[in-house]
Order: sequence, then structure tokens, then C-alpha cells
Amino acid sequence: MGKEKLFEVKDLRISANTDEGQEVPIVKGVSFDIHKGEVVALIGESGSGKTTISLATLAYTKPGLFFSGGECQLFGEDVLTMPPLKQRDLRGGKVAYLAQSAAATFNPAITIGEQVTESAVLHGLLNQEQATERAVELYHALELPDADRIGFRYPHQVSGGQLQRLMAAMALCGRPDLMVLDEPTTALDVTTQIEVLKAFKKVIREENSAAIYVTHDLAVVAQVADHIVVLYGGEIMEQGSADQIINNPQHAYTKRLMEAVRPKPAAGQGVELTHEHHRDIDNIEVKDMTAGYGGIVDGEPVIPILKDINVSVRNGHVVGVIGESGCGKSTLARVMAGMLPPARGDIILDGKKLEGALKDRKLDELQKVQFVFQMADTALNPKQLIGNIIGRPLEFYHGLTGREKHAKVSEILEMVELPPTFASRYPMELSGGQKQRINLARSLAANPEVMLCDEVTSALDSIVGANVIKLLTALRDKTGVSFVFISHDLSTVSSFADEIVVLYAGRVVEQGPTDEVLEPPFHPYTRLLISSVPEMRIGWLEDTMQKREMAVGIARGVEITKRGCPFFNRCPLAIEGTCETHTPPTLKLRNGHEISCHLTLEQLQNTERETQKILHGYEKLGEDDPQVHVP
Amino acid sequence: MTEQTASKKEEEVLAELDSFAELPDAPPKRKFRLSWLGWLSVGIVVFWLLICLIGPSIAPFHEMDMEGDDSFLDAYSGEYGTFYLGTDYLGRDTLSRILFGARNTIGISLAATLLAYLMGITLGILAAVKGGWIDMGISRVNDAILALPTIMLGLIVIAALGSSIPILIGTAAVIYATSVFRIARALGQDIMVQDFVEAAHVRGEGIWWIIKSEVLPNAAMPLATDFGLRLVFVVLFISSLSFLGLGVQPPASDWGSMVRENLQGLTYGSYAAIWPALAIASFTIAVNLIVDDVSAKSGGSLAKKMV
Repeated sequence: MGKEKLFEVKDLRISANTDEGQEVPIVKGVSFDIHKGEVVALIGESGSGKTTISLATLAYTKPGLFFSGGECQLFGEDVLTMPPLKQRDLRGGKVAYLAQSAAATFNPAITIGEQVTESAVLHGLLNQEQATERAVELYHALELPDADRIGFRYPHQVSGGQLQRLMAAMALCGRPDLMVLDEPTTALDVTTQIEVLKAFKKVIREENSAAIYVTHDLAVVAQVADHIVVLYGGEIMEQGSADQIINNPQHAYTKRLMEAVRPKPAAGQGVELTHEHHRDIDNIEVKDMTAGYGGIVDGEPVIPILKDINVSVRNGHVVGVIGESGCGKSTLARVMAGMLPPARGDIILDGKKLEGALKDRKLDELQKVQFVFQMADTALNPKQLIGNIIGRPLEFYHGLTGREKHAKVSEILEMVELPPTFASRYPMELSGGQKQRINLARSLAANPEVMLCDEVTSALDSIVGANVIKLLTALRDKTGVSFVFISHDLSTVSSFADEIVVLYAGRVVEQGPTDEVLEPPFHPYTRLLISSVPEMRIGWLEDTMQKREMAVGIARGVEITKRGCPFFNRCPLAIEGTCETHTPPTLKLRNGHEISCHLTLEQLQNTERETQKILHGYEKLGEDDPQVHVP
Repeated sequence: MTEQTASKKEEEVLAELDSFAELPDAPPKRKFRLSWLGWLSVGIVVFWLLICLIGPSIAPFHEMDMEGDDSFLDAYSGEYGTFYLGTDYLGRDTLSRILFGARNTIGISLAATLLAYLMGITLGILAAVKGGWIDMGISRVNDAILALPTIMLGLIVIAALGSSIPILIGTAAVIYATSVFRIARALGQDIMVQDFVEAAHVRGEGIWWIIKSEVLPNAAMPLATDFGLRLVFVVLFISSLSFLGLGVQPPASDWGSMVRENLQGLTYGSYAAIWPALAIASFTIAVNLIVDDVSAKSGGSLAKKMV
């Protein structure tokens, strides 16, 4: 690489001190270089030290950690040993840091423009006028709407994806030599993620600045990075060019990471049902249900979240519910569990109508429908032993006590692949993946018929998440429990669900067997979702952004509409005058596949060709081009 | 191109991933250990509790005996026996009065604080759990009591009902239950919106089980931290009432009033006011140190935040 070397990390070591005064190494001798105009990705799972290393470029460590060796050189000067005043110039001036959550980074009481320009003005790099001018330039470059005036708004007046891009403007305002991006797209929906990735990539290229990109998502890395450093336990497992790591990984750990990346959602991935559990009886059913918050006026909720929902879960089936944040997918599960009584419509369990409110339901009805919370960290009482957490449903629903209960707890722990000795631990003493298993185990202990899983893998690392999915599949086969599996991650859902329900702005836009939903004809929104899932292929982002549907689909926000099709303002095929005023009819296709759209089946089929190219074109490409990795 | 800088071999990494790599390897340590300061504090508290029991029987004089001819005698003086800590403004033995007074001061303040906690926590958690009108009702009454100056309120109640130790305890308890209520309610509201409480709701648990098993264990540590502080306030409150003649009735002794009545002695270089002050300080500081130590050891981030 003939480019100028900008930053050099040499045998960096960072340690922590325990309460007993022992030194525990966190980063164990890491070395890599960053050249001008290059994006270096640090990838690894939680605990791999990737954030700690990225912060070291600012000569900063989190409290409790300290530098125990090595150097970080910016243009040949070690930043770790700089005097504090020079380090101050470095931070925000020469090296800029973008935190994971833009929402937490911006001060809600100060206008965006003021915050974007603050650090550049503070470091004396620009005066306020120049900085504002530069900021507006950046807003344009980042393709923010209303770029000339967005600086006068407050953070709550823009969307999450926009805020994330504004944070990039904040970092770039003072023209830093190096940008550190810490998981900048992890918390975003796929359709928003694309938009932000595209903006980041464009700006980095135009500004010719160097960046460190910290993430655990290999598919995202494939889009932005030039050089990849794979970390595990504070050590480098493998590093090399993006092309080499993605297409030709050498280290076993890298290969394992690749395996955990779920394949692109496509037909034919669903797990086959074992026949003993396969009964075509509806287990739980939601009929013409409308729900929302803020009380009910004239039979309509004041703040509607879900409208006219019909979903049924058959015995032993897994129904995946997918949609962007705010589409009402969690609300659907909450209504089923009785946490939110619906404004209209029925919930039917085994042919019997369930009461809407939790307190009116009978004990055996409660026992049959179990809700699994998203965050195991908050869903488990930190002051209760695991044995008591799992034991309580046994005692509460089944009246088990003493030795019987103890034996059953061990049995359930075994079912979730944890040793029985865990019964005497507190939740704090477990890892994230283990806590999630306990969270599942608690619901399992009730011996339910339906488990409502709300984003149970979202907060987990990819390998740990993949293991949890494996566990869920095994549990389904073993116990015959039906699952409602809620996720924003289409890949996860398609690898596990038998049926998929696509929600958009509180309505079901498409539902049916997984294989049918992932095959044409698609609802335009489903297609947008599918084509937004990043592929582990270099150049995918550019290819995708050229498509007409994508360009139209991601630029606008979601509105929950009272009438018409909620997707009309993002739909590339919207029929003006019809879509925004009339509720779309439901097209009934084979095998219970349903699409709610004004377009005719032929129209939906026809527009498929282009997407087919996106979806399957690369596979053919892969055959004659060894550069491209097919997951 | 690929650099192998890692000290771990590929096989080791894979083995870690496959085996229970997610496990923290060492079995958890949950031994309850106090620091030396914690143990010292436990010693002090136990010592004073013992004095409450046996104080009067080991005291060299009776608390009411005016043995000395002169007030404010120095330590180790006197014709009728040794005044180890000197005499007070009426010539009574300071040491004996401290030994007798322990019962009043510690007994009354401990009883009042415990009662305040019982009332405050019960009502506070009830308000947090039930919400709505119950919360509104209790909270507004509580605000009204909080708005009144504590001494004024105490004066009025005691003036109306007469001064006796049960009434003293009851008054102090009601007055200090208001702040406990505030804390318990805030904590309860925080905990009630946690996912694990919602999980219990979805399971169909009754309200008492949720309070007992989910809310109280999580509220215990911050409340305990506050307990130490509140105890000090009650001691001071009782002593101010005593000073006004409405608390512990003379000639019976309590530490708070001993400080007040002997204040003038400071100008003559007498320590008569210092000794009871030290007694109060040693007891209350020790209680606070124990609470701090326990909450630090149990990772009481919430407790630390409150302090």
C-alpha cells in the first residue's frame, strides 16, 4: 500500500485492576496500521476489546482500565505519552469519536447545529461562521433532508437514522485525521442502516479521511472496510484486506464468525416440522384485532398501534413477526399475552375466547401462553437465585415444592443446556447468552402451549444468538410448543419460522408460509425489507442503492395512517389517488399466503424481475467470479 | 498477508467457543465480608446495645444523684467517689448519666426509626403498586405533614397528648415516616416498571407476592442506607424536644438533652457536653458505617447513587 501511514498501533496492552489488586490484561498486545483514506474495521464479539482499542486512539481508557504497554502513534507521535493539553487537542480535533447511540450523544436542549459545530469551534479550528458553513456542506454530503435548515432543529425533531448521520457531521466538522465509529448502525432498522451506511461511505471517500469502524456485524463490515482486524479475547486472531478476510478467511475463529452470519433470507430455509407435533389445529388466533394506547374513544384507541390484525398460530408452528421498529410487533405479542387489552377483536386459545385483560384470565390460560422478554438483563430479578426464578412457575402453576421442584429445575436447566449447579447462582453471575437461556427456561417451566418471544436474540452476539436459535429449534421439536417469534431481523426469522407475518405501521401487509413469503410475488414492503438485508459481499451496498425501489423506499418515514395503505408514501409502485385513500384488498394466494395490496397479482409478479436479479444474480456471478463469497 | 499474532492457538479458541465458553469459569464468590472498619462499627453498636441492657447496673452513681458539691467538676475528682468523666451542671456524674441515658436515647430513637420505616415502607410501596387514587390520597396527606415544621408538629401533638415515652416514639415515627414514604414510593415506582415485575404480572402473580419477592428485595439496600441517616435525625429530634421540656422528662437522662443542658459548661472548660456528644456520634457513625460497608459489598450502586 503506497499510501501514507496515518496511525500505528504497536503492541498495545491495556489492563484492569481487580478488587484484590491483581492486574488483568484486557488487550493483549495488538498491532495494526491505518493509512490515509482507509477504513479499518475492528470486529469481534462483546468482550473482545474492540471498543477499548478504538478508544485508545484517543489516548482514553474507560475508568478502571490503564495502558500497560505499547504505543499508539499518530503521524509517528505517541498519543499515549502526550502531555494532557496536547491530548485535549487530539480528542475531537485530530481524532473524532462517534458513539453507538446518537440519541444518547446529542443534548436534547441544544440545537443540532450548535452541537455539530461545537468541537470544531472549541478547538479553534474554525470560527463559528466557517463551522456552520462547513456543517451545512456536510448535511448536503450526508443527504440529509432540508440540509440548509436542519441545524436549527432540536435532536428530537429528526429521526433516528438522521440523528446518526448528524453525528457523523459532528465528527467530521473539524476535519479530523481519523474518525472512530463505534457500532454506528447496530441500533438501526435494516432500511435505515443502508441509508446511514451509504452516507458514511460517501463522506469518508469524499473527505479522504481515515476511519476505524467497530462492529460485530460482518455483513456491514464487508460494505465499508478496506482492512479488517478480527479480535477475540483482546487478541488479534487474523487481519488482512477486506477481500481476503471476507472471501478467504484463514483463522478458524473467523470462519466460525462467518457461519454465524445467517444466510440471506430466501425460500427453502425453514425447518421441516417433525410429524408428531404437526397438527393442523389453531393454537392461538387473533381475529380482527385493533389495539393501541391512551384509552378507547368510540371503539378506537386514541393512539392506534395495530389495526385489523388477523393472525393464527397452529399447533407446534413457529410464526415469525417481522417489521421495523414502531410497527407494532411487540404490541401484538403484548395483546396476545394479555398485557394490553385490545380495543376490538378477539384472541382465541384452543377454540376458546380469551379475556382481553390479564386479570380476567384464568390460571390455566395464563400458564398456556408465556411471554419471553427481550432483555434478559432486566427480565430476571437480580436478587433472586436462578433456582427460584425457574422454580416459581413450577410452584405457581403446577404446585411443585421441595425435592420435586428441585429435580424439575435441574431438568429444565438441562433442557436449555446449562448445568444444574446454576440453580444456586444469581443472574449477575451469568453471561448474556446464559441469562437469555434462563429467561427462556422460566417460560418453559410453565409448560406452555405458546411462547411469545420478543426479540430474544437481538441483544446477543451473533455466535451466541445463533446458539439460542439452535436451542429454540430443539425445544420446539422436543416439546411441541408453538412460538410467536418477533424480530426485526429477517434473516433470523427466516431461518427459524414456518410462517412469517410482515407488519408495517400496525397492519399486516403480507403473511403466509416462510417459503411463500420469501418468494415472489412480494408485497412491495417485503421486497424492500429483503433487499435491505446486507449481504456479505463487497460492493453489495453500491449495487443495491442503484435500484429504484431502494432509492424511493428508504428516504421517507413511517406514518400510521387511518385510511388507505400505510406504505403508500414509500412505495415505488403506489397508485396515486387509490393507495392513500382506500384500504387495500387482501389477495389470497396458495397455501394461505396473503398480500394486502391494490396492485394486481400480475403487477406484483412483474416487478419481481428486478428484485430477482438482486436476490439471485450474485449467485450466478459467484460461479464465474471467485472473488465473490456466497454465504 | 495473514498475521498470526495471537498467543492462543486456533484450536484453543475453538474449544473455548464450543465448550461452555460463555461460562464465567470460577464459581461465584459470595462470602459476606466486612472491612476492619465495618467490624469496628459492629463492635461499637454491640457495645452500646449492651450498655442499654446493663448500663444502670454498672453505673457508679444513680443518674439523679447530685453527689458533687460543685457543678462541672473535672474528671477523676470528687469526695464521694470518683467521677470518671466529671460532673454536669447540677453536679451529677456524667458517666452514670451516659450509661443511664443510653437506654432512653438508643431505645427511643431506634424504636421510632423502626416504626417510621414500618409505616413509611408499607404505605410507600402500597402507593407505588396501586397507583391511582390510593397513591394520590396517601401522597397528598404525606405532603401536608411534610410541609409542617417537624418541631412545631411535635410540640402540638405532645402538648395535646401529654409527654410520655410511647407518645414521643409515636410522634417521631409519624414525622419521619413521611420522608421514608417518599423514598419507598420512588423506589417502588422504579422497580414496578422493571421487566421482571411485568413478567410476574403476566404469570398472574398476586400483588403481595410481587411486593414480597420482587419489590422489597430490590428496595432493601437503598432503604437500609437511608436508615442510618434517619436514625441520626431522630436522635437530634428527640433531644430538641427534651430541650424544650417535652421530650424525656428530667431528671431522667438522655444524651441529646445532656448536650444541651451542659453547653454552658464549655465556657468553663468542662467536658460535660462533649462526652454525650461523643456517645451520639460514635453510635450514629457506627450505624452508618455498617450500612455503607454492607451496601458497598453487595454492589449497591443504587445505594451509592442515593448517598
